Amino acid sequence: MTVRALMGACALGLIAGGAMAETTITVATVNNGDMIRMQGMMGDFYKLHPDIKVKWVTMEENVLRQKVTTDVATKAGQYDVMTIGTYEVPIWAKQGWLVPLKFPASYDVNDLLPAIRKGLSYKGTLYAAPFYGESSMVMYRTDLMKKAGLTMPEKPTWAFIKKAAKAMTDKKDGIYGICLRGKAGWGENIALITAMSNSFGARWFNEKWQPQFDTKPWKETLDTYLDLMKNYGPPGASSNGFNENLALFQQGKCGMWIDATVAASFVTNPKDSKVAKDVGFAMAPHKQGIDKDANWLWSWALAIPAGTKQAKAAETFVEWATSKQYTELVAKKDGWANVPPGTRTSLYKNPDYAKVPFAAMTLKSIEKADPEHPTVKPVPYVGVQFVAIPEFQGLGTAVGQQFSAALAGRETGAQALKNAQALTTREMSKAGYIK
Amino acid sequence: MARRVTTRRRLIVTAIAWVIAFLIFFPILYTVLTSFKTEGEAVSVPPHFLFFHWTLENYIEVNARSDYFLHFWNSVVISVGSTVIGLAIAIPAAWSMAFVPGKQTKNVLMWMLSTKMLPPVGVLIPIYLLFRDFGLLDTRTGLVIILTLIDLPIIIWMLYTYFKEIPGEILEAARMDGAGLRDEILYVLTPMAVPGIASTLLLNIILAWNEAFWTLNLTAANAAPLTAFIASYSSPEGLFYAKLSAASTMAIAPIVILGWFSQKQLVRGLTFGAVK
Repeated sequence: MTVRALMGACALGLIAGGAMAETTITVATVNNGDMIRMQGMMGDFYKLHPDIKVKWVTMEENVLRQKVTTDVATKAGQYDVMTIGTYEVPIWAKQGWLVPLKFPASYDVNDLLPAIRKGLSYKGTLYAAPFYGESSMVMYRTDLMKKAGLTMPEKPTWAFIKKAAKAMTDKKDGIYGICLRGKAGWGENIALITAMSNSFGARWFNEKWQPQFDTKPWKETLDTYLDLMKNYGPPGASSNGFNENLALFQQGKCGMWIDATVAASFVTNPKDSKVAKDVGFAMAPHKQGIDKDANWLWSWALAIPAGTKQAKAAETFVEWATSKQYTELVAKKDGWANVPPGTRTSLYKNPDYAKVPFAAMTLKSIEKADPEHPTVKPVPYVGVQFVAIPEFQGLGTAVGQQFSAALAGRETGAQALKNAQALTTREMSKAGYIK
Repeated sequence: MARRVTTRRRLIVTAIAWVIAFLIFFPILYTVLTSFKTEGEAVSVPPHFLFFHWTLENYIEVNARSDYFLHFWNSVVISVGSTVIGLAIAIPAAWSMAFVPGKQTKNVLMWMLSTKMLPPVGVLIPIYLLFRDFGLLDTRTGLVIILTLIDLPIIIWMLYTYFKEIPGEILEAARMDGAGLRDEILYVLTPMAVPGIASTLLLNIILAWNEAFWTLNLTAANAAPLTAFIASYSSPEGLFYAKLSAASTMAIAPIVILGWFSQKQLVRGLTFGAVK
């Protein structure tokens, strides 16, 4: 009897032990403020899910992209949750590399901002949950604008941007009217210039995948970019990316800066920014008569690779990290200004969040971006500031190098466009897009 | 006709040497200084060199966010492990090539060196797949194996150069005295080549410590060394230069200290046989 009771107790213990067995998931993520903040909020997750342990692997964006691509393509299964962007989602989902996400009704999928949800779906199925979303907009110095006797409209044209840049530039005092990305790279200058080209009516490819750099709208785009940067931009701009421009703006060296909406929280933070009190926001510019702005759409999202052995635990984590409850948790601990922006409609309806100075402009910018119809003329691809095809990383960087060379004065704008057209035609023919 | 060295000339040469040394050291010094600044001061224009608000907040945050000692221990195991195994293979290999060269020795040496000419990324996918299939991804064992293999040509070449400087007659004499192959390598050759072996050891530990391609690509959470620790503080969207500098300082500190204490040995080994 005693032996039987002991055996029974052991069996029960084993079952209970099995039920409480800890599942460890590895999350690959980028090093940005919102992701780091989430690592500090894990106490809440462990309270709700004591049976799941999360291991973080934080990486620089390009390293992350290289590592998670290798992992997912070889189904190595090193990561259970990956932080990926709107560029990867349609490509990877098409390859069958991601687990489709099915959340319970309480998650409220319909609350996700439509543009962001579209960007993270493939054939109508959601493959990644947005952690934060961003567009781009104009950040400008209200004091310098006032001094120049100008008023920034909510929807400025490129002509106004040029006028304002000229009026605000004071090279003697080290103030430059405009700061834009010049560093070569598909995620650097090409993100800006591609979004800019949309606002001039340009497109990367026509419906037959033929490159379009030899068209008038592209010439207008590059001429405007080079004119602004060479006359009113900071010296050495061809090596400036997001961080360099952020540093310049925070130090009071830029009159205007057109870049990611996520920068708004940095430039208005008095701890790091000397101009925190004098920053205004406007929509990304457009060309008079064209209904496309130069704003982009990006989202860092959490996805589950098909090779994972811990899909259930991974989904539980993704659900928690991208839920409304997580937003409220951050607001409670760190304030509304630090909540990951740009993912949910309910956040922008929240009166507390509406008080954040850049909230309204961020939402308007995100809503204006349409990844499925990014250009005036029809295109065969998805993506606003990129073309969602696997070849784009290489192509974008090669074209970016041409534009960066033109900015540095090593070649003319016309030469850069000619070279871009030739190299893109060659690569697209090789890849079999052009028949 | 030796040239007369005047005091003035000596002063000028010393000053130039100091300036060059300072220029070489400056990036490290600036990294260390930046690690004590706030993020705002780290990017201020013009930069503040010494007169800024000194803070330890970056070190505190880096320590709170990352498991430094796990990364440190991984770096130690990987660099020392790969170097020791590499030496155990390379000493007999270099001995045979230096003292009993065959017709193909030169070609073998060149072939070994040629493996260093291939960009590592060229073999990333095959190696990654092998590691996946053998369960070596994100393991210290896997990294010790790969770093041993990639550093082996350098270790063999260095040891070969040192061994070539040792007269073969000494080894012949040992053989005539009845020493076997093992005794010859262990008791005659090795003690004579200690400076060379020591500098090879130190140099390879430094190389393995700083290796950032394989250690980044083949690890995730468990075996990631200090290179991955530094990389986790780099960001193209957000200014984290002060924290990155703090992480870099913590990552390079152990190897700088090792280099400092062993510099005599290192220099002696590197110049071994340079002047006859």
